[in-house]
Amino acid sequence: MIGGLFIYNHKGEVLISRVYRDDIGWALISSTGGRSRRNAVDAFRVNVIHARQQVRSPVTNIARTSFFHVKRSNIWLAAVTKQNVNAAMVFEFLYKMCDVMTAYFGKISEENIKNNFVLIYELLDEILDFGYPQNSETGALKTFITQQGIKSQTKEEQSQITSQVTGQIGWRREGIKYRRNELFLDVLESVNLLMSPQGQVLSAHVSGRVVMKSYLSGMPECKFGMNDKIVIDKQGKGGTTDDSGKSGKQSIAIDDCTFHQCVRLSKFDSERSISFIPPDGEYELMRYRTTKDIILPFRVIPLVREVGRTKLEVKVVIKSNFKPSLLAQKIEVRIPTPLNTSGVQVICMKGKAKYKASENAIVWKIKRMAGMKESQISAEIELLPTNDKKKWARPPISMNFEVPFAPSGLKVRYLKVFEPKLNYSDHDVIKWVRYIGRSGIYETRC
Amino acid sequence: MPAVSKGDGMRGLAVFISDIRNCKSKEAEIKRINKELANIRSKFKGDKALDGYSKKKYVCKLLFIFLLGHDIDFGHMEAVNLLSSNKYTEKQIGYLFISVLVNSNSELIRLINNAIKNDLSSRNPTFMCLALHCIANVGSREMAEAFAGEIPRILVAGDTMDSVKQSAALCLLRLYKTSPDLVLMGEWTSRVVHLLNDQHMGVVTAAISLITCLSQKNPDEFKTCVSLAVSRLSRIVSSASTDLQDYTYYFVPAPWLSCKLLRLLQCYPPPEDGAVKGRLVECLETILNKAQEPPKSKKVQHSNAKNAILFEAISLIIHYDSEPNLLVRACNQLGQFLQHRETNLRYLALESMCTLASSEFSHEAVKTHIETVINALKTERDVSVRQRAADLLYAMCDRSNAKQIVAEMLSYLETADYSIREEMVLKVAILAEKYAVDYSWYVDTILNLIRIAGDYVSEEVWYRVIQIVINRDDVQGYAAKTVFEALQAPACHENMVKVGGYILGEFGNLIAGDPRSSPLVQFNLLHSKFHLCSVPTRALLLSAYIKFINLFPETKSTIQEVLRSDSQIRNSDVELQQRAVEYLKLSSIASTDVLATVLEEMPPFPERESSILAKLKKKKGPGAVSVNELEEGKREGGELNGGGERGDNSAIAASNASTPSPSADLLGLRTGPPVTAAAPSAGSLLVDVFSEAGVNDDGFLSSAPPSVVSEDPATPLPESNELLNKFVCKNNGVLFENQLLQIGIKSEYRQNLGRMYLFYGNKTSVQFITFTTTVTCPGELQSQLNVQSKPVEPLIEGGAQVQQVINIECLTDFSDAPLLNIKFRYGGALQNLTLKLPVTINKFFQPTEMASHDFFQRWKQLSLPQQEAQKIFKANHAMDTEVLKAKLLGLGMALLENVDPNPENFVCAGVIQTKAQQVGSLLRLEPNAQAQMYRLTVRSSKDTVSKRLCELLAEQF
Repeated sequence: MIGGLFIYNHKGEVLISRVYRDDIGWALISSTGGRSRRNAVDAFRVNVIHARQQVRSPVTNIARTSFFHVKRSNIWLAAVTKQNVNAAMVFEFLYKMCDVMTAYFGKISEENIKNNFVLIYELLDEILDFGYPQNSETGALKTFITQQGIKSQTKEEQSQITSQVTGQIGWRREGIKYRRNELFLDVLESVNLLMSPQGQVLSAHVSGRVVMKSYLSGMPECKFGMNDKIVIDKQGKGGTTDDSGKSGKQSIAIDDCTFHQCVRLSKFDSERSISFIPPDGEYELMRYRTTKDIILPFRVIPLVREVGRTKLEVKVVIKSNFKPSLLAQKIEVRIPTPLNTSGVQVICMKGKAKYKASENAIVWKIKRMAGMKESQISAEIELLPTNDKKKWARPPISMNFEVPFAPSGLKVRYLKVFEPKLNYSDHDVIKWVRYIGRSGIYETRC
Repeated sequence: MPAVSKGDGMRGLAVFISDIRNCKSKEAEIKRINKELANIRSKFKGDKALDGYSKKKYVCKLLFIFLLGHDIDFGHMEAVNLLSSNKYTEKQIGYLFISVLVNSNSELIRLINNAIKNDLSSRNPTFMCLALHCIANVGSREMAEAFAGEIPRILVAGDTMDSVKQSAALCLLRLYKTSPDLVLMGEWTSRVVHLLNDQHMGVVTAAISLITCLSQKNPDEFKTCVSLAVSRLSRIVSSASTDLQDYTYYFVPAPWLSCKLLRLLQCYPPPEDGAVKGRLVECLETILNKAQEPPKSKKVQHSNAKNAILFEAISLIIHYDSEPNLLVRACNQLGQFLQHRETNLRYLALESMCTLASSEFSHEAVKTHIETVINALKTERDVSVRQRAADLLYAMCDRSNAKQIVAEMLSYLETADYSIREEMVLKVAILAEKYAVDYSWYVDTILNLIRIAGDYVSEEVWYRVIQIVINRDDVQGYAAKTVFEALQAPACHENMVKVGGYILGEFGNLIAGDPRSSPLVQFNLLHSKFHLCSVPTRALLLSAYIKFINLFPETKSTIQEVLRSDSQIRNSDVELQQRAVEYLKLSSIASTDVLATVLEEMPPFPERESSILAKLKKKKGPGAVSVNELEEGKREGGELNGGGERGDNSAIAASNASTPSPSADLLGLRTGPPVTAAAPSAGSLLVDVFSEAGVNDDGFLSSAPPSVVSEDPATPLPESNELLNKFVCKNNGVLFENQLLQIGIKSEYRQNLGRMYLFYGNKTSVQFITFTTTVTCPGELQSQLNVQSKPVEPLIEGGAQVQQVINIECLTDFSDAPLLNIKFRYGGALQNLTLKLPVTINKFFQPTEMASHDFFQRWKQLSLPQQEAQKIFKANHAMDTEVLKAKLLGLGMALLENVDPNPENFVCAGVIQTKAQQVGSLLRLEPNAQAQMYRLTVRSSKDTVSKRLCELLAEQF
């Protein structure tokens, strides 16, 4: 289990240090011969934050002690343990911890952490107990860890909190009332691609999230349906046979998915239906990943020609590959340049392009682009002859964008709300659905 | 160095550096650097030539970026251009870049070397210095190749400036250190030595570093420097503090130079020339006198400089070790320092005294400071100083003060730092043993030692006590009594229990008369500790119990009861269980006579160097213990073990020397972990006790020493020749055996082909890993014998056996034997042993039957002198006709009956089948029963074969 949790700033100074078990640090005594806990803290700073080579692995083992870290802007969160813990659990916890902190005080920055350190210690006391993760549901935490001064709660309220937190449905309290019952559903996807210069897909996958914001009264029961292949096929079997061909085209194959704790897993296992009592406010209902039949919104066609030892000609064409009625936004193409570049001339038809020496790349930005369009850039790169015989490694051209559809092809089929006790029905709930597809690591080799 | 003018400030560089320092994160820093690199690239790319200033600025920036840890792959050319600039600052930056970033890029190196050459030949001293610094800083082989010839010339040239001479001397030193083969001093030697007479003190200081280094390599060539150094030293020492102007440091004249001179003198023995020696002694006396004078300044630098010279002088005095007067004075001076306020001085004084103590002249003088040293051990705050004090006490100890010193060290041990405790324990143990006049004092001391610092008492220490107690009759009773008393403490250390168990088991009877320590009381006392001990100790205690049964028959029933209890006889530990079962059976079946024989008192151990001393040496090894020493230690252990084994004829397992006997195990002197190694031995214990006949039908088995671990794979065991002889007349048997491994052999031969099966048996309960064997044919054997071995399993489980097949083809006749090298890891330790494979030429004999007439005809045909080999030798074994016959048959030749007119004689004939040829051989063996001699005659068509056969056979009879 987690032995301790530390938060560092970019200089490696410890902002938050919470130790749950005494075993950490002991291992490091013998190697450095100083005082115990301090050593675990120092070991991480010396071996990870200030390491000579940048540490890429999120898990580092130093003197039989494991350090799991995540980085948020300039802040390092590190969980330390001597035991053989489930690494996925630790990272899940660290992410959750980030979510909780964001929910409490916004962006995770050094200043925010310094300003809220009392709160963070309070949170750490609550969500980790002797190294075992506890309830980390923001909604539930906010009922008893507040940022304002202590409001005198009545005994009744207090007992209510206790029963809710320890009860079966820990994520929602009773007696919530809204005048307008509203529900927001966002399908957020990020599409990752690696393509060969010839246009062959080397690897592609979409990782998506279904994020909901619910403002519903009482204890509603929700049911969520999407074009999951297994469900559609099952229905197809039950219904008419000629329907199956059509539905097969529209349905998607989900490789794996995880749900928020409110989803009844037994029901999902048996019927593959997603039913749940939602928490109040914003939460992530599910996460999923698909690898088949991905709609790639853009195609990048690179053309690099080396003219002698001191010149390079680059031409890049991008093609948008979706319905012409849709508009992609925030398009950015990043073309890496060799390390001995001494001058660049760029010509582009659309958008703006600029050589950024500090990033060793040409950055080409286009604000908007409709579907089924094409645009191109050409650049001339002058090189300085070096005495190194090393060849330029030609890193891939990467791309960023945002499109208003789900590249995985996921569609929401229904979202039903039942509240038997209060008198509002499914029709009275206002529902909003939105699809956003973003680029993850979207690269084409050149 | 010329002052940096205002225009040379390089504002751009300052801005860049401050930008980088202000970067919030690593990423921001990388971005800033990338931007700067792109800027510099575009500048260097630019068509218009850059002026010197901006070139210098950009090269500086590149250098800074490189020092931040980023790769720089351009700008070298610009840096080399800077070298040819006439401005000092530009040249300096160019050289800086070159010495930091130079790589052996051929084209650039040539340019750089060219620039350096130009500067060296210029008349400008600052440029020459820059060039010399660059050569020294790079110090590569290429540099040495290019300039090793030139620099000595600059060094000794008359018109070279002093500052350049200094640089040249140090530069040459550096080149000499990196590639001594390229720096040939030959013709320059005497002129370099005469630099000691230089007017300029700086030159002398630089030159002396060079001379010291050179004279360490070839002392004879630089012998003349001694007298020069002495005269120089005496001039410095006798000068007033103001004479040397710049070279006077806080009223001390030229301290660095003095130290270096004294150090140079330490490379040589005392000067033989009386005048020189007198002058040197005078100098040393002056230095010692000056130490007595009141300090001229209260500054710490003054005393530091003065003391540095003093300590260097003292180490020279110690090095000479011939002037009793000076040695005693040095010792007295150090004695004053022992009480000095300054911790560093006290440390140094103790350290120097340690070496003084070993000199016969000053040993007594050192001893007078014993009280102070003991005081230092007790009250010193710094652990390293305390450690030195302990070292010194150890060094100054002799028979007269041993008791006092040991007592002090023991009392210090209680509060000593954990880091030095083990060493202290060893030292106490050694001193106690070395200077023990009366052994009861020794026993007391060691038992005290175990009581005070049991955890730090290594195995060797308590082994040694037992060895001494067993070898000394006079102390046995006292030891038993003291141990008994010590064991009565409610909490005593496990090592104490071990010693107690062993000694009471052996000599408990000596104190049994006292009703307070009656047998039953002794037993109960031991048994009360039993449950608190670890498995090896328990095993030892069980052995002690069985010895009790022999010593005191009245305890038999009680002990049997204990052995029979479930916690013993059904113990989960196999070793304990086995001991319990076997001892129980032994006590109930064997008669008292048998018991008395089996459980007799241990015989005395052979005297040898104390194992503790070896251990201390090991600990004291420079830095980490070298492999060699470890190996030595291992061998040491092996010998000890052998010693233990030798005593086993009277111990529990009396019969078989080839298996490690439990008595040796009882001692636990084995190198490996005792429990595991003992397990298989205990397996054969029961058989051995009741049947006298062991497995050792082969004589060499018992002589196979346990210390087979030899490092050098090429040299086979010393016994391997002897071992080879065992197999001349037979094909199957046990080739080799030690505590770990048994190698069996089975072989068959047909014509010129042979096949050999080797069986490797793991005798321990621990698996051998990375087990590999290689068969090699040394020297010319390679062309004579073709040996192919199939690979063997790399892992042998405990108690398991693996087989290896070796195919042999005889190409032509041979006289050597192939080597078998075996390597494996046992419990982490690499074992390596080399044996000779018993493949001899006679294995390829094809017997030939022939009649008397044919035989003598052939015998005559082979009458050339070189075809015959004859040997007359004494019989090694009984001259039994049947045995002889069996041996000759085993040889592979046909034994011809009724051929020789004398029926006592043996005649054989055979043909050696090799791939290349067939060699017919005839043999005649004439025994002479009265003289117990044989005459052996071998005739064959090839002289080498006759000789070899004769050699082989001579050992057999």
